[in-house]
Amino acid sequence: MSLAQIREHARGRLERLGNAVTSHVWRLGFASRFLFYLVAHSGTALRRFRLTVAEIYFAGVLSLIIILVSGLFVGMVLALQGYDTLQRFGASESLGVLVALSLVRELGPVVAGLLFASRAGSAITAEIGLMKATEQISAMEMMAVDPIARVVAPRFWGGVLSMPMLAALFSALGIFGGYLVGVQLIGVDAGAFWSQMQAAVDVRNDILNGVIKSVVFGIAVTWIAVFEGYDAVPTAEGVSRATTRTVVTSSLAILALDFVLTALMFTGGKST
Amino acid sequence: MVQIQNVAFGYDAARPVLRDVSLSIARGSVVGIMGQSGCGKTTLLRIIAAQYLPSSGTARVLGELTAELDRDALYQMRRRMGMLFQFGALFTDMSVYENVAFPLREHTALPEDLIHDLVMLKLEAVGLRGAAQLMPPELSGGMARRVALARSIALDPQLILYDEPFTGLDPISFGVIVRLIRELNDSLGATSIIVTHDVQEALGVVDYVYFMADGRVIAEGKPDEIRASREPFVRQFVNGELDGPVPFHNPAPDYAAELELTGA
Repeated sequence: MSLAQIREHARGRLERLGNAVTSHVWRLGFASRFLFYLVAHSGTALRRFRLTVAEIYFAGVLSLIIILVSGLFVGMVLALQGYDTLQRFGASESLGVLVALSLVRELGPVVAGLLFASRAGSAITAEIGLMKATEQISAMEMMAVDPIARVVAPRFWGGVLSMPMLAALFSALGIFGGYLVGVQLIGVDAGAFWSQMQAAVDVRNDILNGVIKSVVFGIAVTWIAVFEGYDAVPTAEGVSRATTRTVVTSSLAILALDFVLTALMFTGGKST
Repeated sequence: MVQIQNVAFGYDAARPVLRDVSLSIARGSVVGIMGQSGCGKTTLLRIIAAQYLPSSGTARVLGELTAELDRDALYQMRRRMGMLFQFGALFTDMSVYENVAFPLREHTALPEDLIHDLVMLKLEAVGLRGAAQLMPPELSGGMARRVALARSIALDPQLILYDEPFTGLDPISFGVIVRLIRELNDSLGATSIIVTHDVQEALGVVDYVYFMADGRVIAEGKPDEIRASREPFVRQFVNGELDGPVPFHNPAPDYAAELELTGA
């Protein structure tokens, strides 16, 4: 390969890299403008709140089974694993603290967020994408009804309001699962389990920070889901790709945001 | 009612879909825009509906220049307009009743019993009052289109746009839709624009026809004039002839070369 060919090859690669970066930045800008427009046109969703309540049912209530069952099992496994490690140091009474802090700070918001993205986020994207593919969105525009205000905004707020509640329920069931295994099955003292948990878990530093995480994840997942649906290529393949992108992008967003938020909230081993 | 003057439009600059289209549609008439698939007729309908703006020329619809409308003015104009989509575009999560009630609920503050009466009136007009509680997936293609028609006339529009209203209909449903287009236009005192490639069928219902090919209007006239036209393209199209100005074969490389027979 001559030097000119190598240079040409390298330039081609650089151009492709540049194009990929530009198109991602452009898309992020487009998604941000979409979010601003959506929030600015949320009057209908808030004024006619039953539209949003219907979406809380679809995104939240119908996700309850998977969230509750997963929470229970994650809590039970945490108790088993935690007990195994803690009892080596004679600290098995701290099992309640370990289970509760792990769930409230991390696993509750993160795992509930990942499950929410797969269960509700994908459904939101597919529904809006199919409405677009079957011209229901165009029909609405032709009836002088803004589809972002009427279709997208209620789904966005429904998802944003559901997610913290789902994360809270995930953590609650997880703690109950930890109690079942730790206290009922293994025999850790019930008084120590609950009282140490009560003493160690701080409302502001632990619970509030967990709630903040779940709110941020809820906004991120639902924003990605509604945007991908609205921006989907209106064909069967386009909707399928958009649905996949929702799950992949929002899962990665949750993990990245979790790292950033954790770094901000719990820096240097000290809670802020 | 609708004046299109020297309109050009392309989804990208390299491939113009409409090139210099002019037409004028009078109040109260039923007008057909016909031509082959891909000739630009649906794009023209979307220009009239102000879903797209012309890249040059002007579109004046219901007295408004579409390029000058902001979002609120555009929505005000669309309240006076109804559109029937090719496959109905009914909201699949709502019953037939709720679909027809949708524009009334969104744009009026009428009490529920009045909305009920209006919905029943519109459904009666399309002969589907008995189907009010069905869901869209339970409807046949023809019924779905009639429900969509009832929904598009819910606010008594002055202009009704039909995008390929006859596609995929059996002869009976087809006859019903043709009759409804005429009856609704005349009873509402509206103006209707039908975009279609079902020429023979549409010629029976329209007052005036524009023929399009390659992004231009190539012929126009009353249905009888179109049937008697000597324009080769119109003759080929109206009579469904296999070969003519529009060749049977798409442009393609040499057949023998494609099969690697050259030089053998």
